[in-house]
Amino acid sequence: MSGLTMPKPDAATLARRAEIVADMRTIVPGEGVVDRVTGMRAFETDGLTAYRQLPLVVVLPETVRQVSRILKYCNERNIRVVPRGAGTSLSGGALPLEDAVLLVMSRFNRILEIDYENRVVVAQPGVTNLGITHAVEAEGFYYAPDPSSQIACSIGGNVAENSGGVHCLKYGLTTNNVLGIEMVLMDGEVIRLGGRHLDSGGYDLLGLMTGSEGLLGVVTEVTVRILKKPETARALLIGFPSSEQAGQCVADIIGAGIIPGGMEMMDRPAIHAAEDFVHAGYPLDCEALLIVELDGPPAEVDHLIGAVEQIAANNGSTVCRISRSEEERLTFWAGRKAAFPAVGRISPDYYCMDGTIPRKELPRVLAGMRDLSEKYALRVANVFHAGDGNLHPLILYDANKPGELEKAEAFGADILRLCVQVGGVLTGEHGVGVEKRDLMGEMFDQADLDQQMRVKCAFDPNHLLNPGKVFPQLRRCAELGRMHVHRGQMPFPDIPRF
Amino acid sequence: MTAFTPTTTEEVREVVAWAAGEGAPLEVLGHGTKRDIGRPIQSEHALDLSRLGGITLYEPNELVLGARAGTPIAEIEALLGEHGQQLAFEPMDYRPLLGGGNASGGTLGGVVAANVSGPRRLKAGAARDHVLGIHAVSGRGEAFKSGGRVVKNVTGYDLSKGLAGSWGTLAVLTDIVVKVLPAAETEVTLALRGLLDDAATAAMAAALGSSGEVSAAAHLPQGISGTMLGGMLGDESATLLRLEGFGPSVAYRADLLKGLFPQARIDEIDADRSRAIWREVRDCVPFADGTDKPVWRVSVAPSEGHRLALALRMQAPAMVFYDWQGGLIWIRMEGGDPEADLLRALIRSHGGGHATLVRASPSMRAAVGPFEPQEGALAALSARLKAQFDPNGILNPGRMAGA
Repeated sequence: MSGLTMPKPDAATLARRAEIVADMRTIVPGEGVVDRVTGMRAFETDGLTAYRQLPLVVVLPETVRQVSRILKYCNERNIRVVPRGAGTSLSGGALPLEDAVLLVMSRFNRILEIDYENRVVVAQPGVTNLGITHAVEAEGFYYAPDPSSQIACSIGGNVAENSGGVHCLKYGLTTNNVLGIEMVLMDGEVIRLGGRHLDSGGYDLLGLMTGSEGLLGVVTEVTVRILKKPETARALLIGFPSSEQAGQCVADIIGAGIIPGGMEMMDRPAIHAAEDFVHAGYPLDCEALLIVELDGPPAEVDHLIGAVEQIAANNGSTVCRISRSEEERLTFWAGRKAAFPAVGRISPDYYCMDGTIPRKELPRVLAGMRDLSEKYALRVANVFHAGDGNLHPLILYDANKPGELEKAEAFGADILRLCVQVGGVLTGEHGVGVEKRDLMGEMFDQADLDQQMRVKCAFDPNHLLNPGKVFPQLRRCAELGRMHVHRGQMPFPDIPRF
Repeated sequence: MTAFTPTTTEEVREVVAWAAGEGAPLEVLGHGTKRDIGRPIQSEHALDLSRLGGITLYEPNELVLGARAGTPIAEIEALLGEHGQQLAFEPMDYRPLLGGGNASGGTLGGVVAANVSGPRRLKAGAARDHVLGIHAVSGRGEAFKSGGRVVKNVTGYDLSKGLAGSWGTLAVLTDIVVKVLPAAETEVTLALRGLLDDAATAAMAAALGSSGEVSAAAHLPQGISGTMLGGMLGDESATLLRLEGFGPSVAYRADLLKGLFPQARIDEIDADRSRAIWREVRDCVPFADGTDKPVWRVSVAPSEGHRLALALRMQAPAMVFYDWQGGLIWIRMEGGDPEADLLRALIRSHGGGHATLVRASPSMRAAVGPFEPQEGALAALSARLKAQFDPNGILNPGRMAGA
């Protein structure tokens, strides 16, 4: 990926840059247009910091009408647009293009309505994920999907990426918690999907939009479901002599009909890095650590704690601590939450991967990673959303050593291939972006990719929104639309008909 | 009418490719339990998926089940039941309301294609929230797949969602992988008696806003409640709140909820009768009367349901009852006229939503668009999406949008 190929910039657009900037200033007056290099630098990368690109111009609209005018303008002149929320994407979803308008939605930062009776919040897309919870926590509510970047990431970006978090198994992903959006299509049309009611009356366009990584439209308003905060939450910190036993414990918990609020696993390198950093009291002689969180009414939580403790013992746990206070529960989590910076402390750089596997394949995938680690001579630590199979291998490398970034990327790509091989997928949370774009062929054949690209043709036939992301090939809509028609016999004529 | 009854994906693909080439409309069905929903389809050929059956994957500890689209729902639910698991979205059985279909009562493909859910949709999500992956054949006669067998998956567009609720008009589903969940150990239903629709709505909102973890909330007005459980409820209105889970948890939460309504008269309905009554709510049994009096299924914001129903009943005779905290309204038009224009205008003036005419005579369904009409840019986008999946318009043509 280091030789990342992006769509060739359009010479005509580049030549007209001054005119385009001036026209953007007409649409978004004041400080909403940034065209000087010094100002644009802040937007040249997102969370995938290895890749940087200055855009044509940065535009920060404040109203839906401005967004509509900008997109319409660009559509009419064949100018590309890259939407951006908070820029926390770990897959390069908001990586600019040299010839594209970078459309930044951060000024859409208000909560528009809180409706406790219907249990929804209506927010502008630039409101942070945690900001939604903060707005309703005084009344005892919260917004469930909790990606670890929640203090910074935007709810609009969450919709684009179908963001997850620790609590997904029990509470769902963004797509299961969004009831409606307002969005602007590339031709400038504003449409509303869903609302405070449940289900779509027609095609599930909201379902298609969620997780579409900024390729189908720009979200300008989001209606999300809020939930009553559980009465209590308690956690168990469980250590195992092997990842096989930890994995079997996870399977047995599910098999017992228990759906924990969260279930996270760390391997030995991750445990050590975390413990060295935050001193949360993690046991250092375990191959795998499991943190299981149970939430709900006290009677239920106490009952389930006992059940999980027994299951852990049946699976050979060597350590099993149960939180007796909220403070202790948070301490159990402290190491896990600090895992990424902890790894950053023991290595000049790290590359965080994101793949999902069937849970039972974890020991096999960990073994495969040990082999790859030897092959590439790079260390790897693992953090695993045990509840839903989403794996975050952290590959440790030093960007200052020539060739190490490339090796880390190759190692990462091999891990993702392994995930697909065992029945999993390329990305569970971070999205495809540019990072995994060229691996899409590992999971999908040409017919699969073509059908997805036809969806794009319905939304953005000129391919102007976020090109160069998600799909490895650009195929013209006219080409995709061609039907090979074979006129002829009725199929399987031998089969009796009635 | 010719019926094609494929038993393999390749045969499905052949039929659709042939039909696309001929421009020959296909009526796509599983068991046909829902074939009378939507505008009647004019076609000489049916694509019958009932022999494309079989459970292909079931791993209880992975919470995943995969099956061919023609697999009977009953078969899937039986297998899950043996392992203490369930389809959490509680799919409705349309047969009591519509008649029709064969004894097996609906397929997995039909449940997903029509996004069929039930009372627990309020808490657990709809059918579309439980689909992890699909294989299908587009109206172009091309086989494709999307998703996989894991919950955390953001690889490419979520075509599974796009196909859920598309009523066979975009592609023919051939294989589906769903997320399954543990079935509750036990349940109890609290019935608040004698509340009018507005008080019932407020009560349901209070219940859902509490820590009771209510898994279903319905309101049966007077006149409806007496038809449930063979009259066992009596005819006083009943506002039902279901609590599911482990025994001690259910007991604790029942007390918590009762404490929310100190002035109310509350009946406690035990597990077996609770299951029975929710099956009746799920399947719209109060209107399963063997007639073809028009029945609407309406979805609006929970706070608006009773207001819309009141406004409707001031202008046309109708019987109603509510599910989903008041946001799902079942309406039977007593005068025989579906009053579509009135209902759709009321939806617009009550915060939006949609109404589907799920039961009506074929001529009425042809005259009145059964699905919520779309306008402007949204309608154009839906039409473009349809064209991208089915450019020759052969899959269930005219069923959803106006031809």
